[in-house]
Amino acid sequence: MRILVTVKFTPDLQSQRSFTDGTVTRTADDGSMNELDENAVEAALQLVEAAGEGEVYALTVGGADAVAAVRKALQLGANHAIHVNDDAVAGSDVFGTAAVLAAAIRKVHDENPLDLVITGMAALDGLTSMLPTALAAELDWSQLTLASSLEVGDGNATIVRHLPDAHETVTAPLPAVVSVTDELNKPRYPNFKLIMAARKAEVMQWSLADLGVDAASVGAGASRTTVVDASPRPPRAHQQIVTDTGNGGNALAAFLIEKGLA
Amino acid sequence: MSTADNPIAVLVELRDGAVARPTLEALTLARSLGTPVAVWLGTEPDADAVAQLGEFGAAEVRVAAIGAEARYPAKAGAAIAAATEDASLLLVVSTFLNKEIVTRLAVTTGAGVVVDAAGVEFVDGEVEAFQTVFAATWNVRTRIAGKAIVGVRPNTTTASAAEAPGAASIVPISVQLPATRETVTAVEPVAQIEGVPLAEAPVVVSGGRGTGGDYALVTELAELLGGAVGASRDATDEGWISHEHMVGQTGTTVTPALYVACGISGAVHHRGGMQASGTIVAINMDPDAPIFEICDFGVVGSLFDVLPQAIEAVKAHRGA
Ligand SMILES: Cc1cc2nc3c(=O)[nH]c(=O)nc-3n(C[C@H](O)[C@H](O)[C@H](O)COP(=O)(O)OP(=O)(O)OC[C@H]3O[C@@H](n4cnc5c(N)ncnc54)[C@H](O)[C@@H]3O)c2cc1C
Ligand SMILES: Nc1ncnc2c1ncn2[C@@H]1O[C@H](COP(=O)(O)O)[C@@H](O)[C@H]1O
Repeated sequence: MRILVTVKFTPDLQSQRSFTDGTVTRTADDGSMNELDENAVEAALQLVEAAGEGEVYALTVGGADAVAAVRKALQLGANHAIHVNDDAVAGSDVFGTAAVLAAAIRKVHDENPLDLVITGMAALDGLTSMLPTALAAELDWSQLTLASSLEVGDGNATIVRHLPDAHETVTAPLPAVVSVTDELNKPRYPNFKLIMAARKAEVMQWSLADLGVDAASVGAGASRTTVVDASPRPPRAHQQIVTDTGNGGNALAAFLIEKGLA
Repeated sequence: MSTADNPIAVLVELRDGAVARPTLEALTLARSLGTPVAVWLGTEPDADAVAQLGEFGAAEVRVAAIGAEARYPAKAGAAIAAATEDASLLLVVSTFLNKEIVTRLAVTTGAGVVVDAAGVEFVDGEVEAFQTVFAATWNVRTRIAGKAIVGVRPNTTTASAAEAPGAASIVPISVQLPATRETVTAVEPVAQIEGVPLAEAPVVVSGGRGTGGDYALVTELAELLGGAVGASRDATDEGWISHEHMVGQTGTTVTPALYVACGISGAVHHRGGMQASGTIVAINMDPDAPIFEICDFGVVGSLFDVLPQAIEAVKAHRGA
């Protein structure tokens, strides 16, 4: 079983902090692997473990920082790491990113065929959830997206996906691009041995030239969308917090009534 | 096709065979940009649906009667491509399935895509869409060069009937569907939540771990305010309420006029799915709960004390 997992580096923005029991928890470095990609790595590791043989590749496309994403995958147990790092990729839209990922995947696949590419369901920084579909189209492989269960056997993969109106079972021949939700599994914690090994592990660094991708076909210049303005949302004005000493419900009702919301 | 001047295509979203409200919102938005034309996939529309689309401004209903094949993103994408050759802009409701469909469509047509948009306008003849991103802490405006597809979130435009509603004409679209490798082998319908769907509700009252699994008060307030019941993931994980109620980055994204969070701490994953709501109210025993950072009105207290009193006071006000 040969599986490649795409992992995205997401910066540790103010908004990326997480809260546990009311306290802020931050990652040690300035960013890491997209949280939902942990589910993708976990799915790959479980399939290889169940098969009793195989390898897991972790692939990221991004600037110098992005190497943290594949290092994290190595810590979790991935066997190989690939970082496509080329200035010309900066500013790519989802279609450009998919083209670069697909070129790197083909390079691995042509040397020794892959069974699956597994991705997260969404990158929590942008939440577009478009990349997995774009990647399946670009590779012209089977598309099995939003998997909350996944079975692989007899040259096929079968998933169940939960859409708002129905739960669909979808099956398709390998090789396939599978995107996974956080319902699929519970990601493991990296163990000490793997953390130490990941530090020394080699990360393959590829450029667009290595992949035979024309720099003009990707990056900001080829992007179909351009951000023309970005500004932080202003904090909520006139915030009101009351402590309930017997009248909290009445205060709440008064607020709703005054706002015309009740 | 194409009797319409500057056609703005709108993909019709169906709920139980009827036109869903976000489609009417998208048609309202489309009217401000050009001449709306509705794109209908699946089985033939009935007369009521066509009349309603006309009432909200659709000049045409372009029907690709591809039946259940519409469940395949690549096939749905091909059908929409055939129905929208003349349109410079396509609006769809921003759902997970539509994101896949428009990605397939864009791969074949070269269109640019923005999803989860709160609005769209033409600036110097080019489409600009606006969104809130990064757990709704940033406002972003994106320009789309050439053919454009925008996924709009429910509740970001107020649906209103056209001032001079016309009768929409039905235009059949014939389409050569591409083969796909995937086969949908089973479709198990999900029992729909009673009342307004969560994603479209004008009011959402959500309960988290702080409810201890008792949703009676949360449900009562939701019903009183004409809204839907939401939940945090901890609550759905506990099995207190079904997964369909989960609000957040991996659940449903909601942008109601009013969001009431009861016994929810406000983890970043939860906030990402509700932070763009109009007015946010929080009830939590812990004054340091992060949900208080983003609310307009907060009550530090137990929901079991606050909600019954608030419900009575609203009822008394209405009775008065
Ligand atoms: C990849 C990933 C994706 C996730 N996606 C989502 C998602 O989409 N949506 C989501 O919701 N979560 C999501 N989560 C989980 C999220 O991180 C939080 O764990 C979850 O939102 C917490 O739920 P909660 O607020 O109900 O529980 P808690 O964090 O335990 O908060 C309960 C709150 O209730 C208060 N409380 C207790 N009793 C009372 C009372 N009687 N009256 C008033 N207040 C009371 C407490 O003070 C506390 O603040 C995700 C997590 C991960 C890792
Ligand atoms: N630059 C990238 N490098 C590697 N994987 C990516 C990249 N961007 C997106 N992905 C993958 O695509 C998934 C969905 O991302 P998105 O479509 O951006 O929400 C992520 O969970 C990743 O697995």
